[in-house]
Amino acid sequence: MKLMDVKLGQLPTWLAMRDFTPGGILGALRRGYDRYYNKYINVKKGGLGGISMVLAGYVVVSYIWSYSHLKHDRHRKYH
Amino acid sequence: MNLSFFDQFMSPQLLGIPLIMLAMMFPTLLLPFPTTRWITNRLSTLQLWFIHLTTKQLMLPLNKGGHKWALILTSLMMLLLMINLLGLLPYTFTPTTQLSMNMALAFPLWLATLLTGLRNQPTTSLGHLLPEGTPTPLIPALILIETTSLLIRPLALGVRLTANLTAGHLLIQLISTATITLLPILPTVSILTSLILLLLTILEIAVAMIQAYVFVLLLSLYLQENI
Repeated sequence: MKLMDVKLGQLPTWLAMRDFTPGGILGALRRGYDRYYNKYINVKKGGLGGISMVLAGYVVVSYIWSYSHLKHDRHRKYH
Repeated sequence: MNLSFFDQFMSPQLLGIPLIMLAMMFPTLLLPFPTTRWITNRLSTLQLWFIHLTTKQLMLPLNKGGHKWALILTSLMMLLLMINLLGLLPYTFTPTTQLSMNMALAFPLWLATLLTGLRNQPTTSLGHLLPEGTPTPLIPALILIETTSLLIRPLALGVRLTANLTAGHLLIQLISTATITLLPILPTVSILTSLILLLLTILEIAVAMIQAYVFVLLLSLYLQENI
């Protein structure tokens, strides 16, 4: 059953039902990729938005990865 | 003396887990696998057109045996191109700024071209060490020079890519620091600096693409001599 149909109280039960094996995680990633690809890229007149969203997400993820390094630069006087 | 300018070249880590592999695998998400359909989406069409263009250019001077290298050269070209271009986005990490990665790409491929040549046509490969029409007294010196030039090729390939990208990224960081620092003090100079930054960014985009192409082109040239 889909996540949007799960009631809040049933959330732990639903989480326990999910497949957390490596094969299951790979399947989930593949399904997520296919959903995004077929919705935004594999269309007749796909535009810049399809890849721009992916690139913007990549920039955000890179910022999060390097945050522990960047926070030292916030109050530094000479960079 | 703070060295924060070089922090952008440090390998990104999340709780001690090295994430450079994910940074290198990310281009695969942007290049969809070609399907068996005749008319696909715009991204796949663009990708296919571009790959055909570059592969034709690369494979023109090679003979039949060289066409076996088409797959690895084209995929290497796409990898380097995507990694270089993605590195220009803010906060991203460019794996090709690491000398270790570029040497790991350059050295085995160069060695493969050399060994192919020495194995299949040893006379012709060694014959490339002496250009035609050299005066006889110069021959020993020229052999030494050509051997050195041959042995330095992998180093040159790796360092060329590393140095170009590292220098570009450093310049962008320095000039942007200057622009931001000058903004409250001398706004006019700051605007001039931001113009320089714009031109530099355009240059960096060009350099990113050219360096990928040059790497693969040189490899194909080395292959031409040896196959």
